[in-house]
Amino acid sequence: MTSYEMEEDLPEAPIATTPSDVNHTASWRTFRPVIDLKICTKCNVCWKFCPDDAVAFDGEGYPVIRLDYCKGCAICAEECRPKAITMVKEE
Amino acid sequence: MVELVISGNYAQSYAAKLARVQVVSAYPITPQTAIVEKIAEFVASGVLPAEYIKVESEHSALQACISASALGARTYTATSSQGLLLMHELLHWAAGARTPVVMGVVNRAVAPPWSIWTDHTDTIAQRDTGWIQFYGESNQEVLDTTLMAFRLAEHPEVRLPAMVTEDAFYLSHTVEPVDIPSQEEVDAFLPPRERSSTIQVGVGMRLGSFTGPEHYMEFRHKIARAMGRARDVFLEVEDDYARLTGRNHGGLLPTYKVEDADTVLVTMGTATTTARGVVDAMRADGHKVGLAKLRTFRPFPVQELRELATLVDRVGVLDRSFTFGAAGAAFTEVAGALYTAPQRPLLRDFVAGLGGRDITAATVREAFLDLLTRDGPESAWVELKSRTEAS
Amino acid sequence: MIEIRFHGRGGQGAVIASELLAQAAFLEGKHPQSFPFFGVERRGAPVTAFTRIDDAPIQIRTSITSPDIVVVLDAGLMRTINVTAGLKPEGLLLVNSEKAPDQVETPFKGRVATIDATNIALAHGLGSKAMPIVNTAVLGGLARASGIVSLDSVRKAVERFVPAKQQANVLAVEDAYQHVVNLAVVR
Repeated sequence: MTSYEMEEDLPEAPIATTPSDVNHTASWRTFRPVIDLKICTKCNVCWKFCPDDAVAFDGEGYPVIRLDYCKGCAICAEECRPKAITMVKEE
Repeated sequence: MVELVISGNYAQSYAAKLARVQVVSAYPITPQTAIVEKIAEFVASGVLPAEYIKVESEHSALQACISASALGARTYTATSSQGLLLMHELLHWAAGARTPVVMGVVNRAVAPPWSIWTDHTDTIAQRDTGWIQFYGESNQEVLDTTLMAFRLAEHPEVRLPAMVTEDAFYLSHTVEPVDIPSQEEVDAFLPPRERSSTIQVGVGMRLGSFTGPEHYMEFRHKIARAMGRARDVFLEVEDDYARLTGRNHGGLLPTYKVEDADTVLVTMGTATTTARGVVDAMRADGHKVGLAKLRTFRPFPVQELRELATLVDRVGVLDRSFTFGAAGAAFTEVAGALYTAPQRPLLRDFVAGLGGRDITAATVREAFLDLLTRDGPESAWVELKSRTEAS
Repeated sequence: MIEIRFHGRGGQGAVIASELLAQAAFLEGKHPQSFPFFGVERRGAPVTAFTRIDDAPIQIRTSITSPDIVVVLDAGLMRTINVTAGLKPEGLLLVNSEKAPDQVETPFKGRVATIDATNIALAHGLGSKAMPIVNTAVLGGLARASGIVSLDSVRKAVERFVPAKQQANVLAVEDAYQHVVNLAVVR
């Protein structure tokens, strides 16, 4: 990782050379979403509402929570229409 | 009257409640969020019978306030940085439509790079919009000035929107003692808004109007007159407030130990408190220094600055913003005010504290010493981490 | 003027501790100013909070870099953060720990005191084993170790401003006040 001391060391524009997905924000959460695939209708609303792009899809089109990034905001659980998502306390 | 230890954010919330605002519409943004959360609590608990309009952006928030204000409601909103920038188009609208919206703004640096720390660029960038602007130094001043802002904005000879600013974290998240006037005291100071100057429900009216070159200038000159009147009206309002509460924060350009000073620093926001401590320390060392606080940026205290110029030889301006291509914003405006003054002291600009960099007592002391011993450079960035730029 | 710096983890109540201290000082007619470290806050991440107390109005609005007292709510932080950076040599370090002050690993050579705030908090039902809410116990210990505010002021501040379990928190304060270890160990 480059260390920046002086104005002359900084790039001209504030562009980072690593994308932000190197930040695993999993430690932020207290609750984790758990999806009941028996109830899930694959409507994709959880993916659409997730503020963090923390919902991915498996080979069958079911949502999978990206636990490295999920901060536990519970918006997916709130918006899920069939109520397939429950928030479970971590640890 | 009760004295509580509260944050700058809550000082705004209490002021809005005491002012009996009728419509609030706001969008959260760090570090302002607590202001509107607290107001939402007041509304939800019934303590403040206001309409709280939830919106999806700051642009819509100010629009809601403008519309409500045009219809006669007393309105309040709050924002910061990116949120304020998003509202920019509507800041012009609020002033042009002569709606006395009051807005709290937590001064926060603008992106990029992203920064949540304090900096005056966000509100300085709005100085052309016709809004009255106050820069706050303490939570007490923020609460008092917000209450005064409602009366000033709604005054029939003013009718301009007003913003009251506070430095991010240094005031917004800092708790300190604040005297909160009672509802009775505030009611005596701030009666309900007069409805005479508004759009009337049930009568076909239109706000905005397409206007050709034959009248546009005159509409805009009305704003200029109003801003000119705001100067004296504010002094009257503050006199009234002082009679009620015993607190007078010193008008448009409060000064400290300038009467026998030869060198003065002009400051804005929380750096003023630290600078005041430095003035005392340097006076103990024999330096004849003083301080002037730019409390109102709009209307700009031209008269007060010209009076100050007759007292001192050297003036330094501590800027927490920079107008690229020119210099620090406060410096350029002070220079403008003094250009035609009968006496012009040496004037220098010190740009410091951008993006939340701490303006320490040592920083202020260095600025004073530099001002005392050197005539230039005219504008310099203080403590810049650079191998080339001379500070 | 006295400057105090608190180190904790998000969720332990370091910021509330700094505010309660301000409230306690205010009850004694003093002038307080308290604020958190101005960074992005999140649960589990290190949190720093500050309080200034003075007899006269405070003439400074900057970060605190040379505190008179450092209070550590989570001793584990001392492994990764230099909690005593800037701490005045004649100052005080108060650590939430079961250890005796001379067992605390720190480069600081001044006065050290310890208070077992974690066990006191848990004994009064404050928080959980994973996340004990130690702030009020720590404040009780701070009042005793430093004398900057009285036990009574801390009690009153806690009663008035703690959002829940006021009685349990007051008991934790009193408990800690009695059990601060070794107020004047100089290393």
